[in-house]
Amino acid sequence: METLSFEEAFMQLEAAVTALQDGKMPLERALQYYQEGMKLAQHCNMLLQQAELSVQQLSTAADGSLSVQQME
Amino acid sequence: MYLPDALDTPSVVSVSELSHYLKSLLEMDDNLQNIWVQGEVSNCKTYPSGHCYFTLKEGEAQLLCVFFKHSRVRSSAPGLRDGMAIAINGRISYYERDGKLQCYVESVKLLGEGALFQQFEQLKARLAAEGLFDPERKRPLPQQPAVIGIVTSPQAAALQDMLRVLRMRYPLVQVIFSPALVQGAEAPASIATALDLLNEHGEAEVIIVGRGGGSIEELWAFNEEVVARAIARSRIPVISGVGHETDFTIADFVADHRASTPTAAATIAVPNIEDWRVEVQEKQLLLTALMRERIDDLQGQLEYAMQDLRRASPLNLIDQRRQQIDDTVERLQTRMQHMVSLHGERLRGVVERLHALSPLLTIARGYAVVRHDAEQVVVTSIQQVQVGDRLTIQVQDGYIPVEVCQ
Repeated sequence: METLSFEEAFMQLEAAVTALQDGKMPLERALQYYQEGMKLAQHCNMLLQQAELSVQQLSTAADGSLSVQQME
Repeated sequence: MYLPDALDTPSVVSVSELSHYLKSLLEMDDNLQNIWVQGEVSNCKTYPSGHCYFTLKEGEAQLLCVFFKHSRVRSSAPGLRDGMAIAINGRISYYERDGKLQCYVESVKLLGEGALFQQFEQLKARLAAEGLFDPERKRPLPQQPAVIGIVTSPQAAALQDMLRVLRMRYPLVQVIFSPALVQGAEAPASIATALDLLNEHGEAEVIIVGRGGGSIEELWAFNEEVVARAIARSRIPVISGVGHETDFTIADFVADHRASTPTAAATIAVPNIEDWRVEVQEKQLLLTALMRERIDDLQGQLEYAMQDLRRASPLNLIDQRRQQIDDTVERLQTRMQHMVSLHGERLRGVVERLHALSPLLTIARGYAVVRHDAEQVVVTSIQQVQVGDRLTIQVQDGYIPVEVCQ
């Protein structure tokens, strides 16, 4: 889960909610979805808190090839 | 004339004295106090006070103009806009505080559209006819872009404004900055190249092209065809953010989205992280509510099952059987009692009848029973006895032994 992007984690979180809303699965599975969902939500929150804007500058080399460099 | 002596001599004057002198020089010239000047309106700003400030341009020359509200109202002046060709009537004076020579406008005459404006209108009409502004061409912006391209000047405040907005609203995004000149003769080609480079690089999901506010000349690059074409051929949706609240540039018409400023462009380019926080929180609450509901539901089901189980318990059956036994025993007892009393009744009847038939009663009335001792039978006929037979006569209170004598 640590490697999931915010969008991926959020999508999975939504999927967990939808699955629980169906309410057809056995209790044990439901609990798994619930715990998974809560972890995903925490992961999302963490990503939101830690997010830092990344800015790169695009430039062309003499041979016309493109390169990006981190900007401060 | 003030200070002629001072100016004739090499002595030093103060700025105020000079300013005052210049002002009076201008104001003493009758030609300058009621003059008509023609040119093109530029950098036109109307303040909430109602006073209007603009620059009148023509060729390489320009004249600062002030059009106060009372003069505008009195002359019923038309609204001024950058690019308009006009003639102004007013007086020339010197504004000492700013060290500026300016014209205090009393009235204005429209001379038709200015050259820049005409050029703008022609290009606009041509591109519109080509379908470059068609609503069907407008592409939707991505809801959650992971990568944003920015085309503007690296020196401009606009870049920092945009980065600030992005950092605040949606720091999850990655910015790819493609620098360009945004002012001057080389600006149009530079902007077009920067856009093309971002398309070549291909990672950006949306591009903001813009610059901060300025006069119509300063923003002119965004009215050039080469910029319009670069926006039109961009495979990535483009947001224009040229800092000019009122007027549209050609770039605004071609872009998929038009924002009034670079800051506004950055704002519409990304969602607000706060909304995400709220949404994540809502999902969390929803998850918990759903789980709660699920557990309550199961608890209810369990409750029902337990009730059913209790109803189906063998203890119930035993209780039932026990009661059935009690019932049966009771029925049995009742029946027995009934039968006993019935038989008692019957017995009493029989006894009574028996009693009625008893020979003892007959005896009591004076009759006697005669038994033959030897034969052990009741004698009812003389044929049964002979002389000498011994008989016993039973009477009410005992037996009399007798012998047959004749």
